[in-house]
Amino acid sequence: MNTILQKKFTVERDDYANAGMVSSAIKTTLRQVGVDPKVMRRIAVASYEAEINMIIHAYGGTVYLDVTEEGMIHLIFQDTGPGIPDIEKALTPGWSTASQKARELGFGAGMGLPNIRRVSDEFDIESSPEGTSLYLTFRVEE
Amino acid sequence: MKASDIAEAVHAKPLAIWNESLLNKEYTAVFATDLMSDALAMIQESPEDTVLVTGLCNAQVLRTAEMLDIKLIIFARGKKLRQEDIDAAEGMDCNLFTTDYTLYETCGRLYSKGISAIS
Repeated sequence: MNTILQKKFTVERDDYANAGMVSSAIKTTLRQVGVDPKVMRRIAVASYEAEINMIIHAYGGTVYLDVTEEGMIHLIFQDTGPGIPDIEKALTPGWSTASQKARELGFGAGMGLPNIRRVSDEFDIESSPEGTSLYLTFRVEE
Repeated sequence: MKASDIAEAVHAKPLAIWNESLLNKEYTAVFATDLMSDALAMIQESPEDTVLVTGLCNAQVLRTAEMLDIKLIIFARGKKLRQEDIDAAEGMDCNLFTTDYTLYETCGRLYSKGISAIS
């Protein structure tokens, strides 16, 4: 796997004012390297939902973007807790533990993880009380 | 249906016209929601030709539009974004309108003009 572009972003806990800024930066980066608009849109949707999750559910974390020579785009969302007690439930459309604040923003309807899984070419998640890691892969060519 | 005709159909006033040429652009569908996750999940085909109508009025509506490449948003019930949010939308090429009609009446008026739901 030969990386041609690598970036790292920080997402702060409860930073509602800047929610979406990291995904916006990721989209701008992918546009600059000429990723197909439809693929870029899928990545942006996944990234935005994951970023919102990090802000409303987690203690903040780090996002890693990796574009490979082989035409794969990898995104890793790594937070520092508190973890997802039941991943299967969290992947069920409509199941939510979101706060009132998250709902006021237009999120927290229990569609985040199902949306992310739907638009990703590869999706993997692991979670413990120390944190959740979300591994997403997209192929540059549709 | 052209953006300018859509705005006229619901007596919408512009909040920000960041791209004047888009006023002549044809839009083929409308999606209305206050849930941005629903917009992110449902608007899959041609979001650039889809109008987002919403009663939610905050920066996350703009971020959602940015992720989807939506170019026209109508805020219902006379809602207006904060100026700092409007300014932040400048680079998005997205035109913003507000109408005094409720979400229901906004959608009803647009539907009666023949603009369809998303497919």
